Amino acid sequence: MPVLDAKIPEGPLEEKWSNYKFKSKLVNPTNRRKHTIIVVGTGLAGSAAAATLAEQGYQVKAFTMHDSPRRAHSIAAQGGINAAKNYCNDGDSVRRLFYDTIKGGDFRSREANVHRLAEISANIIDQCVAQGVPFAREYSGYLENRSFGGTQVSRTFYAKGQTGQQLLLGAYSALMKEVDNGNVTLYTRREMVDLVVIDGIARGIIVRNEITGKIESYAADAVLLATGGYTNVFFLSTNAMGCNVTAAWRAHKKGALFANPCYTQIHPTCIPVHGEYQSKLTLMSESLRNDGRVWVPKVKEDRRPPHLIPEAERDYFLERKYPSFGNLVPRDLASRNVKEQCDQGKGLGSTGFAVCLDFSESIKRLGADVIRSRYENLFEMYEKITGSDPYKEPMLIYPAPHYAMGGLWVDYDLMSTVPGLFVLGEANFSDHGANRLGASALMQGLADGYFVIPSTLPNYIAGSSLSQVTTDHPAFKQAEEDASKKIKQLLGIKGKKTVDAFHRELGLLLWDKCGMARNEEGLTEALKKIPEIRQEFWENVTVSGSEGELNQTLERAGRVADFLEFGELMVQDALHRRESCGGHFREECQTPDGEAARNDDQFCYVGAWGFNGVDAAPTLHKEPLTFESVPLTQRSYR
Amino acid sequence: MSKLDLTLKVWRQKDANSPGKFEIYLARGIDEDASFLEMLDVINEELTQKGQDPIAFDHDCREGICGTCGAVVNGRAHGPLKTTTLCQLHMRHFKNNDTIVIEPFRSRAIPVVRDLVIDRSAFDRVIAAGGYISVRTGSAPEANSMLVPKQDSEKGFDSAQCIGCAACVAACPNASAMLFVSAKISHLAVLPQGQPERLKRVVKMVHAMDKEGFGNCSNEYECEAACPKGIKVANINLMNRDFFKANLTT
Repeated sequence: MPVLDAKIPEGPLEEKWSNYKFKSKLVNPTNRRKHTIIVVGTGLAGSAAAATLAEQGYQVKAFTMHDSPRRAHSIAAQGGINAAKNYCNDGDSVRRLFYDTIKGGDFRSREANVHRLAEISANIIDQCVAQGVPFAREYSGYLENRSFGGTQVSRTFYAKGQTGQQLLLGAYSALMKEVDNGNVTLYTRREMVDLVVIDGIARGIIVRNEITGKIESYAADAVLLATGGYTNVFFLSTNAMGCNVTAAWRAHKKGALFANPCYTQIHPTCIPVHGEYQSKLTLMSESLRNDGRVWVPKVKEDRRPPHLIPEAERDYFLERKYPSFGNLVPRDLASRNVKEQCDQGKGLGSTGFAVCLDFSESIKRLGADVIRSRYENLFEMYEKITGSDPYKEPMLIYPAPHYAMGGLWVDYDLMSTVPGLFVLGEANFSDHGANRLGASALMQGLADGYFVIPSTLPNYIAGSSLSQVTTDHPAFKQAEEDASKKIKQLLGIKGKKTVDAFHRELGLLLWDKCGMARNEEGLTEALKKIPEIRQEFWENVTVSGSEGELNQTLERAGRVADFLEFGELMVQDALHRRESCGGHFREECQTPDGEAARNDDQFCYVGAWGFNGVDAAPTLHKEPLTFESVPLTQRSYR
Repeated sequence: MSKLDLTLKVWRQKDANSPGKFEIYLARGIDEDASFLEMLDVINEELTQKGQDPIAFDHDCREGICGTCGAVVNGRAHGPLKTTTLCQLHMRHFKNNDTIVIEPFRSRAIPVVRDLVIDRSAFDRVIAAGGYISVRTGSAPEANSMLVPKQDSEKGFDSAQCIGCAACVAACPNASAMLFVSAKISHLAVLPQGQPERLKRVVKMVHAMDKEGFGNCSNEYECEAACPKGIKVANINLMNRDFFKANLTT
């Protein structure tokens, strides 16, 4: 079985990043403008990378499928961003943030990357404040912090419930500054449909212009993918409607390995599913668990409205089972426990698949105004969607797909297995192991974009002798033709079933068999069914309109076609990993008290899959994980 | 859960250069807990089944934060609810047998691309003209070395909440973008970090705004009424004062 080399720098953990930076090759400022860098995606990772590389002097071409870079889904992150500033003097340090992240990820992430992330975290806050990000502050004018799941310190910086929005607007403003300076060319409403690989090296991309339908080619010296996660494979998720796996998947088909696709995060606190017409699920920030208490009735099938269930008849099951972390246990644990309570018949709401997130005690203790100042927009959003007022009645919540820890495999430089193709942010697999801690996605996206790639990309550029390549190269022409052919094929099927119907069918299957709990029987069944759905899709999907126009159905069809291939890999990965870790819970592998039981002897590795054809079995490559700085232990939050 | 039957009058326009017109669609059995966009999803599924072109509309997060969605519903940008984006408007706010008129946001500076989809790239160009603090990555000082009074930070946050949806332009009789532009100017003007470029910024952004063809403010307050994020007209006052000051001092 092929073994992957992550190219981790030498030296003690604390010195690896500075050793790397000292030893890495640099590009002379006057030579930088001779290099064109493509950045796909303009969320936190993409905008930050594009802006920073442009500041350094590279010619950057930034692509987004949205009408503006500011629409990227990073904008929806609510709760906050972690950083090891130790402003609260409560025992935080780079070492502790590192340790919390490794432990939170259930010992399935790469030590060196996580330590680098923790080191960089403090610089991110400095950068964002300088950009004018209006973080929450104390009356003294100093920055304020709050706590998040899986930690016992307060290290989370936030801007009400709109932290992602404010950070993205910061990164977007940095990007637009460089557009104005002429160092970034912005391409909006372009969807990447292929990666162009020449002599084994990534040299450009093919995009579809969503307005004209034209297939366009762009060449570069390196391609950076910052295209987000794949959780919309479940159809219903907290992701924005447009989030997709297409760019990553098509790069995978061109040789980039896909790592740990079965590691998906199911977020515990989302507004429950309520109808068939439903298009997405809405997250209620984890930060709410600072002041909200999670409970179910003590007896089964208690159908009274929650506020009529007396205190003595409520079970605050997270506080009961995990007294040291209480309601702030990590997401995977919280989600599984919520599911367990509902499966036992203790769930509430019209479907019985919901539990209470109750603020009454906090409102009594702190007053409604304090709670309002912390969570105003979240409470408003909850009321708008459900018609119920959380100041008066407990919120009803249930877990929902939220984040992808898996992604394209990258080495320490964030380079994939295709030289010249780098992957940033949620699109890569690197830092969160099998479970991401709250407020760490924003941290990782910005770390990758502002500080990691600007140090690692020059090492690649300076160390390679790249030949001059233009879009006239036959590889571009071939990729353009392939893209057009695929589009024509989709339009030509003219079947009976809509794109969304296929997406929903796939999503429900995955949620059922490869969601919060997985077992061999269900996964095997899913593995049989997905190719059947895929085959029916290619025979019976209906895509209206034509190719040379704005055609949103065609856009979705392309994405669902990729989900139908990717979903199979996800299940395959889940089936092969006969252990429970973080968000990947195999029912066959649990401790006597129902916690995830890892199998470090057999599975202490990153599983990265190589593509061999749509109906061919993928090849598993392994990157062994070694833990030199933290002992491999069973996680405990009790 | 009650169901609604509705008549929709929807603006259909093939592309920027074709003339558009209203088409009538019947929406049957719409769940009152569905969002407005989910109601359009249902219509679009039906149209697709019938082999017709679905209604093109922009949307993404469906949580009221990305600023992608928006349409004029019964004459009001984002519909009848205050401080609510179209994606967060739910059908329980309509009555059975209602007729709902749905049109794109309209202004010369933000032209229709197709059906309800518009081109808001003018907003990006205005931001590019100066809607930022010119800090190079890596050069920032320690975050707590610069104190920002809580009230200033909160004021900045209030303005920074703008989602760039262009409802303010659609609502304004003059198609002015002043609420959008002034929100960014105010966000940076009330923070200490934004001071060095404050006057230069306002001049560049106002000129960029004029160049895009947006109109001027005549104190109609329609923008504030339509804004899904509750951005206040007071931002425009600040922008005008700063613009005046900049022209006196430079």
